[in-house]
Amino acid sequence: MAAVKKSLVVEALRRSQMTELLAKGKRLDGRGPLDYRPIRIETGVISKASGSARVIIGNTEVIAGVKVETGTPFPDTPDQGLLVVNAEVLPLASPYAEPGPPDEDAIELARVVDRGIRESQMIDVSKLVIKEGEKVYAVFVDVSVLNVDGNLFDTTSYAVVSALLTAKYKRHEIVDGKLKQLEDTEPLPLKTIPTSVTMAKIGDTVVVDPTDEEEAVMDARLTITTDSNGNICAGQKGNAGTFSFEQMQSAADISRMKGEENRKVIREVTGFAN
Amino acid sequence: MTALINEQGLRHDGRRIEDLRPIKIEVGILKNANGSAYIEFGKNKIIAAVYGPKEVHPKHMALPDRAVLRCRYHMSPFSTDTRKNPAPSRREIEISKVVREALEPAIMINDYPRTAIDVFLEVLQSDGGSRCAGINAASVALADAGINMRDLVSACAAGKVGGQVVLDLDDTEDKEGQADVPVAIMPNFDQVTLFQLDGILTQEEFKKAFGFALGGCRKLYQLQKEALMKKYFGHGEPIVEENE
Repeated sequence: MAAVKKSLVVEALRRSQMTELLAKGKRLDGRGPLDYRPIRIETGVISKASGSARVIIGNTEVIAGVKVETGTPFPDTPDQGLLVVNAEVLPLASPYAEPGPPDEDAIELARVVDRGIRESQMIDVSKLVIKEGEKVYAVFVDVSVLNVDGNLFDTTSYAVVSALLTAKYKRHEIVDGKLKQLEDTEPLPLKTIPTSVTMAKIGDTVVVDPTDEEEAVMDARLTITTDSNGNICAGQKGNAGTFSFEQMQSAADISRMKGEENRKVIREVTGFAN
Repeated sequence: MTALINEQGLRHDGRRIEDLRPIKIEVGILKNANGSAYIEFGKNKIIAAVYGPKEVHPKHMALPDRAVLRCRYHMSPFSTDTRKNPAPSRREIEISKVVREALEPAIMINDYPRTAIDVFLEVLQSDGGSRCAGINAASVALADAGINMRDLVSACAAGKVGGQVVLDLDDTEDKEGQADVPVAIMPNFDQVTLFQLDGILTQEEFKKAFGFALGGCRKLYQLQKEALMKKYFGHGEPIVEENE
């Protein structure tokens, strides 16, 4: 999935260069450890979708589309609408991406982003019921990664959130036992903006928003999502490295601070007040 | 349904907030595997098996400087309330990945270049916290296989149930509760090798839950050592370490 081909020699060289720079508080592209690359968000890019957004962080680019359809609720949650998040790294996104069913990286990506949306209770699924136990709204969010340059987790997460925040769906009601689509549209019942912050540990330093080059040499990755109140609602450590207990605690603080900064960017673009 | 936490501060199964469920670990239960372990963690029943280091197939997957660690977490169709489709779900694929990444830091992977080490986790019965239970068993099975390791990996979850931070959620608490935080550590290095979180926690609750989980991991570490002692030295006396 990476855009940088893994090579033992190049990795070792690049890693020593990076750790030397990080010791001075610098990164290869001139950023400090806690700086994000510029974030660009554009909404309403696909008019056929109920909601859509294109998000660009550095050279990473993804597009997310929301489709709201009707469906049958799960038997154990008859009073809740459905949410399905799916992500795909398109073969055009990097020289090393290949077509085919989503691999474990793409599945993890979709599930971590889904967790942030679901667990923050961003969508009030109890309001997405047409008839309890029979018909509910199903919110499908599909993400296509268009260009890979690190930090797919945050880029995808911000795209999904921005698409949901600007989505409008057609109401349905049941008339004489039949489902009927109404003409008026309305925004989804949303409560909060979950914002993920992804960190990479390289040597002993933790940096935010890793590039692809940094991800190729990092020891471990950590994504923590906070809601608009600064509460933690999702987390995931990735890669075969470790974090110390102190690094875990400071990561929680970093995620709240950087999450609030990035939430402002999302608020500005989408006009969502909460 | 009984309350998740009653007036006496007891949970629906009678545990206090910082109690683990009853745990039993048995080492070397499969004849064919190079290493194996069986864990009962509350109602969870999980078998872990390790095959390897062995030749890598397909050959092009082999790495010149280290072993390839592969991991499969799988739930038996009869392990859940309603039958689980035996095909690997997205959830199982994700758990296989995070379990592999939780175990790998503890394995001296560079000691076995051009080989594969396969770890299989079969959940025969699941009751919440099966990934943590599975990691505990897998790490003991790796030791049983004689694979060089820096440390064991010990895992335990904490979470929030009925408004309170608690240790080791079972299935009911996981479903009805507010948050679940599975954690795995290398106990002798104080390093976190697995961390996941779902549900809402304030920063203070997060710190508390994380602390609870670390405490649970340390208890699991003792049980893992006892289980290995029992197989290899015939008794389960805890090892007293000088640095503890």
